[in-house]
Amino acid sequence: MTAASLKRIKAVSWKEFVQIKRDKRSLGMALAIPIFMLLIFGYGLSLDIDHVRTLVWNQDASSKVTRDFLLNFKNSKYFRIVGYTDNYRDIQKKIDNGDIMMALVIPKDFSQYLESGKVAPLQLIVDGSDANTATIAIGYVRSVVAGYNVNLLTQAFRERGLEPVNTVDARMRVWYNMGLVSTWFIIPGVIAMIIMIISALLISLTIAREWERGTMEQLISTPVKGPELIIGKFIPYFVIGFFDLTVGVVMARFLFGLPFRGSYMLLAILSSLFLTGALSLGIFISVIARTQLMASQLASLATLIPTMLLSGFIYPIFNMPKVVQAITYLIPARYYIVVLRGLFLKGNGMAVMWDEALFLLLFAFFMFILAVRRFRKKVA
Amino acid sequence: MFERVKAILIKEFKQIFRDPRMKTIIFISPLIQIILFGYSANKDITYVPTAIFDRDNTKESREFIRKFTYSKYFVPLRYLTEDKQENEVLDKGQVSLVIRLDRGFGRDLKAGKQADIQLVFDGTDSNTAMVIMSYTNTIIGGYQQDILKERAEVAGFINTVPSVDLRDRAWFNGNLISRNYYLPGVISTIVTVMSLLLSAMAIVKEKEIGTMEQLTVSPLQPLELIIGKLLPFAVIALIQVILITVLGVLWFRIPLRGNLFFLLFATCIYLFTTLGIGLFISTISSTQQEAMMSVFLFYMPTVLLSGFAYPISNMPLVIQWSTFVNPLRYFMVIIRSVFLKGVGIEVLWTQLLPLLFIGLTVISLSYLRFRRRLA
Repeated sequence: MTAASLKRIKAVSWKEFVQIKRDKRSLGMALAIPIFMLLIFGYGLSLDIDHVRTLVWNQDASSKVTRDFLLNFKNSKYFRIVGYTDNYRDIQKKIDNGDIMMALVIPKDFSQYLESGKVAPLQLIVDGSDANTATIAIGYVRSVVAGYNVNLLTQAFRERGLEPVNTVDARMRVWYNMGLVSTWFIIPGVIAMIIMIISALLISLTIAREWERGTMEQLISTPVKGPELIIGKFIPYFVIGFFDLTVGVVMARFLFGLPFRGSYMLLAILSSLFLTGALSLGIFISVIARTQLMASQLASLATLIPTMLLSGFIYPIFNMPKVVQAITYLIPARYYIVVLRGLFLKGNGMAVMWDEALFLLLFAFFMFILAVRRFRKKVA
Repeated sequence: MFERVKAILIKEFKQIFRDPRMKTIIFISPLIQIILFGYSANKDITYVPTAIFDRDNTKESREFIRKFTYSKYFVPLRYLTEDKQENEVLDKGQVSLVIRLDRGFGRDLKAGKQADIQLVFDGTDSNTAMVIMSYTNTIIGGYQQDILKERAEVAGFINTVPSVDLRDRAWFNGNLISRNYYLPGVISTIVTVMSLLLSAMAIVKEKEIGTMEQLTVSPLQPLELIIGKLLPFAVIALIQVILITVLGVLWFRIPLRGNLFFLLFATCIYLFTTLGIGLFISTISSTQQEAMMSVFLFYMPTVLLSGFAYPISNMPLVIQWSTFVNPLRYFMVIIRSVFLKGVGIEVLWTQLLPLLFIGLTVISLSYLRFRRRLA
């Protein structure tokens, strides 16, 4: 790269900076949207399912056995008994309205069955509309019942003065996110999403606007060459992207209490790769879109939706159909999110993440080449 | 008046569809989205990548492990032989769970002593980890019961041991397929973003290229202008709803238990709000980029705080209150109820009323502002 070329890049960047600065609102939003998003995700949204709203119909309320049985639910943070009822109509109405998630029905001879050493049925009615929450809630009830049954068996042994009553004891340990806080899981994904959206969307709209207004032709007729123009346009958005990343990391650390167990240097390097790829993608989109409306549609289709759905941001990739899993390999955010989680939660280094790093490098490299070539073709 | 509205309607449709790619985007992109959502947005954990570290390797330990591997969820991807592999598979994210049995497991179990099992979960995805934990709890509980029952049988009193038998039944979505819950929601988010974006950007574009002045000097009244400008987007949105619904029902087998016409009616009421906001954004934006960013700033919290992916009941109380002004919150309930519960206006009027109220407020305020701007 010659000195003249550097000078031209500088000029283009400078022009872009001035233009962004003049458009106060867009700049403000490029900085405010990330903060806003992090706040909503960090404070507002939780994937943790606890305090499942439960209605109880205890047809055998006079017995101590059922009251003791219900204590298992009352004392668990996973359930919140919101009320008692004595008919099915009430259950139906409350489930229809969404007031309760599930209803526990204890039949009237429940204690009698148990006291005479028989199998007592327990009915559970769950609102299955939100299948995920329902599955988890059923799982909680199953564990409670399993625990209760083991206790009954142990008791039977004790009553007869028989040993042995011990079986297995499971020691569960949770790594990386001991408290199972969903914020820890979501925030790194939000950072990746912000960078992808802000950078790709912003740059594709700006350049589409230049095409729309015809100022791109003016730029092209100057001595600035294609790659110089692209790099020049790049730099201001790169700065904004990095600023957003910094805001994200600072908020994650100090507001949401996430750990950061990896290296900041590695974060900077791998984020630059991702950012370069995302910005190149934005330029590529603007070149094929030509109008801002089209660019906004394409950008959201090419960046927002895949980043939200196919990156493992919320939905685990290993649960998707094989074909969809194969597609996720083409989504750069997939690798970046693994990197971010690795750095924040696991303290991974290059030894573990070299393949993700490699993919990010390839993404940045090919996207940049593609953007430059497409740009040249369009100009010619 | 009718003539003039018609004229601007025709102009608007021509303008939207002049770019053939726009046609593709408007009708194909919702379909792509619904397919992506249908296949990826799935939190049902049916596959748990598992590593097994059996240092005991006795008949008992192998039998215990079979309880996991024979269940349909746990898939043993790795068999570990060394301590350090435990770190490796979890760091790399290859497995979500390591089951480890140390030496002496079988011996302790046979002797009636407490036999230890170690389970290490990758807690990164806390939600998934919790589901997997509850699966393991159930399996281990079942295993404990089996052993005790076996011993009770040997001791001869198995028939007198009581137990509780859980019979669970899920309403509305018997097989607990989360797709049935998500896809109707996706329809509402697509309608939201499309109607917002198209209306806001179309009006700002006229401002940006200066043709808005031409329209204002024409004999068109502001109201006629607005109707002509917004109606095409309402039509497009309704067509999108029909398209996505058809695809969802035919391809993904989403049950549509309620009335499609009621759904379209509710969509029309919902569109008052989104088109109204689009109109409002167009009055505060001077460039399409500004409009786009404003749309995004509105769209994001609207979707996140609508109960679409995150249950409202899980949110902090203050945020829960704030969702009462969120129009999508009501539309989300309506669309899901129509699909899954098959209820109609007799139940859903409680959602329709606030929706109508918000819609009328938003669109009249935006209209007033737009007229003032025009003057």
